[in-house]
Amino acid sequence: MELIFSILIDGLAYGMVLFIISVGLSITMGLMRVVNLAHGVFAMLGGFFMVAIVSRLGLRPELAALLAAIGVGMLALPMEKLLFRKVYGRSELQQVLLTIGLVFIGIAAVGTVFGNSLLAVPLPEYLRRSVDIGFRVVPLHRLAVVAAGLVVLCGLWLLLAKTRFGINIRAAVDKAKAAEALGIDTSRVYQLGFMLGAALAALGGILGAELLPLEPYYPLKYLVLVLAIVAVGGMGSVFGSFIAALVLGTVETAAKYLMPEIASIMFYLTMLVVLSWRPHGLFGRQL
Amino acid sequence: MTTFNNERTLGFRRASRPGVRRNFGELPFMPEACVAVIGLAAMWLMPGDLSFLTRIITSALFVLSLDLVLGYAGIVTLGHAAMFGVGAYAAGVYAIHVTAEPLSGLLMGGLFGGLIALATGAVLLRTHGLTCLMMTIAIAQILLEVLNKWRSLTGGDDGLSGIMVEPIFGVIEFDFFGRVGYLYSLAVLILCFWIMRRLVRSPFGLTCIGIREDRFRMTALGASVYKHTLLMYVAGGIFAGIAGALMAQTTQVVGLSSLGFTWSAEALVMLVLGGMGHLWGAIFGTILFMVVHHFASAIDPFKWMFVIGALLVAVVLLFPEGLVQAIRKLAVRQIARMSKRGTS
Repeated sequence: MELIFSILIDGLAYGMVLFIISVGLSITMGLMRVVNLAHGVFAMLGGFFMVAIVSRLGLRPELAALLAAIGVGMLALPMEKLLFRKVYGRSELQQVLLTIGLVFIGIAAVGTVFGNSLLAVPLPEYLRRSVDIGFRVVPLHRLAVVAAGLVVLCGLWLLLAKTRFGINIRAAVDKAKAAEALGIDTSRVYQLGFMLGAALAALGGILGAELLPLEPYYPLKYLVLVLAIVAVGGMGSVFGSFIAALVLGTVETAAKYLMPEIASIMFYLTMLVVLSWRPHGLFGRQL
Repeated sequence: MTTFNNERTLGFRRASRPGVRRNFGELPFMPEACVAVIGLAAMWLMPGDLSFLTRIITSALFVLSLDLVLGYAGIVTLGHAAMFGVGAYAAGVYAIHVTAEPLSGLLMGGLFGGLIALATGAVLLRTHGLTCLMMTIAIAQILLEVLNKWRSLTGGDDGLSGIMVEPIFGVIEFDFFGRVGYLYSLAVLILCFWIMRRLVRSPFGLTCIGIREDRFRMTALGASVYKHTLLMYVAGGIFAGIAGALMAQTTQVVGLSSLGFTWSAEALVMLVLGGMGHLWGAIFGTILFMVVHHFASAIDPFKWMFVIGALLVAVVLLFPEGLVQAIRKLAVRQIARMSKRGTS
């Protein structure tokens, strides 16, 4: 019983991190129909920006995390304008190549500036403690991650369901041409959506640094992980990403507890089974 | 599935215009002879780097097999190394436990590469686009983990070593300097290249190109998309397996990285640099990539990654047909201009 709860709580935290990182990708891939392998670069940059801000400017970690996420979002704007826009509507292969090229450039840039080593993300004082939740002691940080994931989920739901911008996004995801005809400036929606996705990825990278350690090869190492969530959840579906992240996160955590030998096989096998059962993901629609 | 709605891709247009002067590459045996000449010249010019040259040849064969899958059938894959690695392990295990005869070892590699392609392709070719791409990655990762955990057979993390190779036909012995190994690889490459050229020009190959260009129209014409793409995927798997077996025999070790994601991605980069949908391009792309890699990675791995990344971005934004094609076109235009000036 205790084992089950342990698996659940760790799987939940892991799944939340995966959710925060990959939800932005799901939105942008649903919006722009671009296979983006470079999403992990934003997550990594978030972590490295935050560490740089804390160590250079001496700001509080929470503030630094926020600034880093905004910084990455701002950085995403010129990238969308100069690079991604060029491959909208081009073949998937072209998109894969462009974004894999960006992954390599990102690795090279971070590796040259920060060196090839693991990076420790500073935690605020009050998150370094652990709490007893009845059956075991959990680092408070992990609970904060779960809370952050729920906040992101609710925030995105409010944004998509209740605001004008959310309506525009949903319209553009459903049918970009029709949205344009109705007077929605889709290229503006794309830009904002892309920036939002990048900023969320940065946030996820920072929050998840404990579970997915930050290093220059981060975007390549966790590329499959992030894409798997989007493919399983269904492109463009926030709720789908949430479920997929929790399921895959829990499966991998459970396998690590019970059968550590074949943990990653379980992850890929789950993904394979879901995708052969529902090729467009759990909550995806035929495009 | 990719649709290359770009009529410039491949000699498709060229083939549909009868009466145009035959392309150089369409002369019988000419491309094979060129590969042989280049290969022998390279051996003569760089006698001290034969192991590097042999590696170029095995990579070229692997990239050619990827070209069949990606360039001709239009299947976007990032897991092609699965077939290469399985072929390499099959040939290695066969050499250690059954017989060290090299030619049957190559066939074993091809057989297992083809079987894996058949088994996995049957599942993943029912999907398209991102899903298909993700499934190729997942399958390669699963196979990698299986081989990693199957220590008794594969040696796990340490890799499979101690692969011995008997003389070819029982006569020609592999020498210490790798000369025979190099010529053997070159011969295998040329033979496979010839078969592939026949394959892509056959009615089957042309149907695959048609499917790549417009799968719905081909369906309407009565071609079975699934059957053709699966067959082409298996063909690619067979050649990838042979390439893996060749690598296993010439380097005498097989590591897990032969199935790795990086190897698949690198092969993709080589193919794209050369231009896909041209078997020529696959070979030139490989040579270009391997030579740049040889010199750049000696300096600093991060600089190397930057070079590759920048090349990829540049290729996508500036030369969507591949670097080699772009250079070729430029050269052709220059020659045309010069000859025009000469006649006027």
